[in-house]
Amino acid sequence: MKNETKNPAIDRIDGRMKVTGGAKYFADFDLPDLAYCVIVGSEIARGTLTNIDTKKALSAPGVLGVFTHLNMPPIPGWDAPAGGQADGPPPKPATEETYRILSGPKILFDGQPIALVVANTYERATYAASLVNAKYSKQTARTSLEKHIDKQVTPKGGDYSRGKAYAYQSAPVKLEADYKIPIEVHNPMELHGITAHWTGDKQLMIYAKTQGVNATQQAMAQAFKIDPKNIRVHTEFMGGGFGMGLRTWPQETAVVAIAKKIGRPVKLVINRSQMFTMVGHRPYTVQTIQMGADNHGRLVAINHAATAETASYEDFTEATVNMTRFMYECPNVSTRYRLVRLDRSVPIWMRGPGEATGAFALESAMDEMAHKLSMDPIEFRLRNYTETDPEHNLPYSSKHLKEAYERGADAIGWKDRKNEPGSLKEDNWLVGYGMSTGVFNAFRWEASARAILHADGSLVIQSAVTDIGPGTGTALTMIAHNVLGVPFDRIKVEYGDTSHPKAPSQGGSAIVSAVGSAVFDACTKIKNELFELAVKANGPLAGAQTADLVLTEGAISIEKGLDKKVAVGKLMESSQLSKIEKDADLKGSPDLQKYSMYSFSVHFVKVKVNSLTGAVRVTKAVSVADSGRIISPKTAASQMIGGVTGGIGMALTEEAVIDHRFGRFINNNLADYHVAVHADVPAIETIFIDKPDPVINPMGAKGMGEIALIGFAGAVANAVFNATGQRIRELPITPDKVMQREV
Amino acid sequence: MNPFQFTRVSTPKAAIAAVTKESGTYFLAGGTNLIDLVKREVIIPERLVDINKLPLATIEKTATGIRIGAMAKNSAVADHELVKKHFPLLSMALNAGASAQLRNMATVGGNMMQRTRCSYFYDTSMPCNKRGPVQSGPDKGQPNGPTGCRAIGGSNRMHAIFGASGKCIAVHPSDMCIALAALDATVNISGPKGDRSVPFSEFHRLPGDMPQKDNTLAPGELIMSVDVPTNAFSEHSYYLKVRDRASYAFALVSVGVGISMKGKTIQDIRLAMGGVAHKPWRLKEAEQFLKGKEATEANFKQAAKLTMTGAKGYGENDFKLTLAPNSIVEALQVATKTA
Ligand SMILES: Cc1cc2nc3c(=O)[nH]c(=O)nc-3n(C[C@H](O)[C@H](O)[C@H](O)COP(=O)(O)OP(=O)(O)OC[C@H]3O[C@@H](n4cnc5c(N)ncnc54)[C@H](O)[C@@H]3O)c2cc1C
Repeated sequence: MKNETKNPAIDRIDGRMKVTGGAKYFADFDLPDLAYCVIVGSEIARGTLTNIDTKKALSAPGVLGVFTHLNMPPIPGWDAPAGGQADGPPPKPATEETYRILSGPKILFDGQPIALVVANTYERATYAASLVNAKYSKQTARTSLEKHIDKQVTPKGGDYSRGKAYAYQSAPVKLEADYKIPIEVHNPMELHGITAHWTGDKQLMIYAKTQGVNATQQAMAQAFKIDPKNIRVHTEFMGGGFGMGLRTWPQETAVVAIAKKIGRPVKLVINRSQMFTMVGHRPYTVQTIQMGADNHGRLVAINHAATAETASYEDFTEATVNMTRFMYECPNVSTRYRLVRLDRSVPIWMRGPGEATGAFALESAMDEMAHKLSMDPIEFRLRNYTETDPEHNLPYSSKHLKEAYERGADAIGWKDRKNEPGSLKEDNWLVGYGMSTGVFNAFRWEASARAILHADGSLVIQSAVTDIGPGTGTALTMIAHNVLGVPFDRIKVEYGDTSHPKAPSQGGSAIVSAVGSAVFDACTKIKNELFELAVKANGPLAGAQTADLVLTEGAISIEKGLDKKVAVGKLMESSQLSKIEKDADLKGSPDLQKYSMYSFSVHFVKVKVNSLTGAVRVTKAVSVADSGRIISPKTAASQMIGGVTGGIGMALTEEAVIDHRFGRFINNNLADYHVAVHADVPAIETIFIDKPDPVINPMGAKGMGEIALIGFAGAVANAVFNATGQRIRELPITPDKVMQREV
Repeated sequence: MNPFQFTRVSTPKAAIAAVTKESGTYFLAGGTNLIDLVKREVIIPERLVDINKLPLATIEKTATGIRIGAMAKNSAVADHELVKKHFPLLSMALNAGASAQLRNMATVGGNMMQRTRCSYFYDTSMPCNKRGPVQSGPDKGQPNGPTGCRAIGGSNRMHAIFGASGKCIAVHPSDMCIALAALDATVNISGPKGDRSVPFSEFHRLPGDMPQKDNTLAPGELIMSVDVPTNAFSEHSYYLKVRDRASYAFALVSVGVGISMKGKTIQDIRLAMGGVAHKPWRLKEAEQFLKGKEATEANFKQAAKLTMTGAKGYGENDFKLTLAPNSIVEALQVATKTA
């Protein structure tokens, strides 16, 4: 493949199916005899279930079973060592508590399942669930991080430092600031759940909302002690994942157990309020940054500390403080990360994960420091720009961040910005500009794929990978097309099923790199075989060297003598091949260890702020991605737009609120939990640097799902500061935080 | 969902009779609020009486103004030529509410009757004086189980700063009603005891000791229509809604204003606030103050200050003590500018 050329913008291959209802999501699969499961959740956050009365529920019409800790069928492999957090049952905790669904009367979080009700229709199961009557012995819920911040624990991974510990204290210009991120909930449109169907005693078919079918397969194999080969998991489409589908949740495993017990397929679709307690969330996190600079605007020291909530029964960690270690040239850096275990359900990665939380703090602090130094925020970043990774002392595999700053600044009209806050006004609204940087690891995980070229010229690509929406199928189509020259409409990508070659979970912005490399490899193998056929003794291009051959528009020719051609179909026919099928099973490469690989983004926003009402509107957004060669420009732009939309929600509107007196969410619905709506989202300009990374993979492509969101909230906060002179360090930036007393 | 009876009626008489006959019976209009409440078991009805067939959806000119049928859809009212031209405040307020889909279903009567959005009212595991004793959770099954108000001392960011009581600090969430209160509308009601009319600002009530009663409608009474008198405010009307996102969120504070101006002088003015009380909060004192005065920022600020007598915050909603007067100034500025 020639990475020098940009890829054309093709339509999303499954777009038509999605908008016409042709795409089948997990809950769309209907099965004969399907039973429906509804969860009854605890209404207290900590204590003990003293009595649970299921009699009324059991005698309600259509009820097939009511399962509580008293009669829950056993899950034989619950306590087997987990193959990693994402793959299996909750790991054996180092924590004081253990959570195993319906295993005892202890209540560890609000909404914890206390009964699973199964009936022959969803409505009947819902009604019966309302008849379950529980009595509790309540204990005081510990849900407030601030209140329990003295009970911090240090998770694995430890602290980081380089340089002198006290450098900050003696820096000529100092800044210390605290930043706060509320609980955010993924809240995709599609509700979470699973359908479990035992097709034999040890044969299981699963339709689930999972970001990794192989991970779910592995988790269930472990939980039920059966061979993974006998478990098939299907998730072709997903109505938004954002991280919530990156592990197999306890209630999914419970449904599989119950399906076996009652001898019917069982479907669970949790409701919206359960989306707040059963499938994770972005953890509430408080951060402190100490930043020191010299009078020339060079960073002297950064100390970054973060404390995040987790559950009493599991330590969830993420890379909140890591960006601070390598983003800027700075001799003295320390990071510290702590957890506080609370009576809350466990968090999970949410798009951009911890990096988005950390970037809000770091990139706000960079803006604050630039202001202290009376420097332009871009200039300040450029003065501390680094071409090598100061954490690992390795070169970046590629970094075009300078160009990204330039192009973004141009597009937003940065030259119109005034460094002095409160300088610009349009129609009585204050106007401000802000920017920030985002960064995320670029990976290449192990992955496999299959390519099947048919003699009629059509190509099938197979991989177990799920497409959670970014356009994975479209990207894989492009990669296959670039290797084999098969027209787009003759390529079919089959994915989201464990019957296809194994792939990692869709997450961490790694799929184009990982699965794409496997597809590239499988297609290359086919191409090589075609070349061998062409040059063999009695072949059409006998005598030529395979190295001199090219494949274009369905025909093979000798690069320097293009007149002599053989059509691929003809070649296969004459070799009596109806198809050529190749698998690729890709491991990482040791070469990758010699580089630091990251994707970068820069976000620019223009806001207007009404100082009387505190209303903030993002009026323009420009996001620039430096993520290597863009494989599918159209879906990549969509992904960027989606990330920015999430970023606007994070910056301005999203917050899940707990009443700590009861440890209970009070806005657990889509009317009160505010995701950004159209009126919050202006036209978004996306810019791609689109220069191939020479190291990461043969396509030169780095990931971009996370960087679309990472940093965005900081850009908004910085713009609000530029507009008003008010520094908001606690998200979301709602009117009450911004309005200024005028009357 | 609990089983209930469903009746469809085609005359107001039949509707009133059906609802009067048995308790636990509710009129069903657009269903956008009632059905949610039923699903959440905040209301467990015995019977729903579908009034969508009643001939009450007309919007017509009258000798003194305009008459809007109780079953007119929110979107139909907002888009009606007469309303847009002569009562733009009403149109703006309606369009500031909910979403296009909801406004296509929601009716004028239903909008007036919608319940509060207080989270504790919705969470049946918590006691609520407006809803009655808990229906589930740890205290379930105690017939005279605890009542009380969890919003007091709790998450009350959305709650009242005016006219609340020790029993309830909830707000009435409607946008439309702010405009109707400002515009001196009248509500026409039909009931088992005959027909009556009440001024709009006397339709809703303050919580006092009976927060379960949102308004003065008697059991079985049906809202037939709303009259809005002709006014001279069409050139200087504005509905300002301050909320946590740009659309599709309930008001933190809203201000409805209609003004008639002569040059720079305010000749007549109507002013009401939403998101601050158990009922649309009419600002008569400020109106009085501004009448005959010049439209200046200083006067607006003075008027805004006047409105705040007796305002009280409950913690999380303390910011409204600033946001409310600020919003009045902003609304007045915008309204006096549009010419
Ligand atoms: C997500 C969401 C967001 C919303 N946002 C807003 C907002 O921003 N601003 C806003 O103002 N509103 C908002 N609403 C509320 C919406 O305006 C109301 O739900 C709607 O107006 C109710 O009208 P309806 O016809 O659907 O009433 P229904 O749900 O059918 O009935 C509501 C109540 O009114 C009674 N009723 C109906 N008609 C009559 C009558 N003629 N006489 C006597 N009683 C009657 C019913 O018995 C019932 O008790 C929102 C609603 C939702 C679900």
